[in-house]
Amino acid sequence: MDTTITTYTRIRRQGILSNDQLFYEHNGEAATFAGDAYKHLQLSYPKFHKMDLLCKAGLLATETALKDHASFQSLDMSRVAIVLANRASSLETDRQHQRSISDKSNYFPSPAVFVYTLPNIVIGEIAIKYKITGENAFFVCEHFDAALLHDYAETLLKSEHTDAVLAGWTDVDQGLTDTLIYLVERSTDSNKNTNFKPHSFETINQLYTL
Amino acid sequence: MDALIEKLKTQIIEQLNLAEVKPADINPDAPLFGDGLGLDSIDALELIVLLEKHYGIKIQDPKDGKTIFQSVRTMAEYIKSQGKS
Repeated sequence: MDTTITTYTRIRRQGILSNDQLFYEHNGEAATFAGDAYKHLQLSYPKFHKMDLLCKAGLLATETALKDHASFQSLDMSRVAIVLANRASSLETDRQHQRSISDKSNYFPSPAVFVYTLPNIVIGEIAIKYKITGENAFFVCEHFDAALLHDYAETLLKSEHTDAVLAGWTDVDQGLTDTLIYLVERSTDSNKNTNFKPHSFETINQLYTL
Repeated sequence: MDALIEKLKTQIIEQLNLAEVKPADINPDAPLFGDGLGLDSIDALELIVLLEKHYGIKIQDPKDGKTIFQSVRTMAEYIKSQGKS
């Protein structure tokens, strides 16, 4: 079975690269990156502002990758899987929560922060936005692991239950985002004949080093 | 009461990260949940935190929340009734 990466987005050093095109370059402070990218994308999704940076990065990358990928909407969303991984888990938000409970005389933990103290919430936010109800998994790894992402997506696509896998890496630490999101589908005559990329360790590593 | 309502609107926007909402957009009599601002259950918890953090009010009976958080005006009336405005 041949499989193809039909669209991808890379967010690194506060710039967004999508399908070999520079989509957005951020020259301001790291703290304003997500909000400014949201405006650049002309998104209208008020819930975005309530999310932590990990979810914002995952959503921005997914939105950029899928916005011009017309065939995505024709997929059965119950047969689309999401497989993501990162290194820092939800550490950025964990720290924010920890700060809110460290002073017993000023003890006001925020429920809206606390709900993001799990890394797989980013999968939930993407699933809600795109109504994806297929399989999902989130892995916390010491470093970017193309083999893990590749093999897990391949296993899902070999099953009878999955037609496409939204996969990748989304890591946030010290306010900086390191995100790669891509869509893997079975190869067809139409997607083989364009500039789509073969789904392999090498391709995934190449996209990650962009 | 009007000054408290305006202050509450600003505090709600800040506490709930309603980045695309301005104080003038909030009708003080519109429902906060459902059709109004469309807040969710996590927002409800944040409103409880807001009352405690800014006004020192602890809601003892969760059932009271339904009445207190009906609108910005009912929140303001509750704060006044507690002598905390």
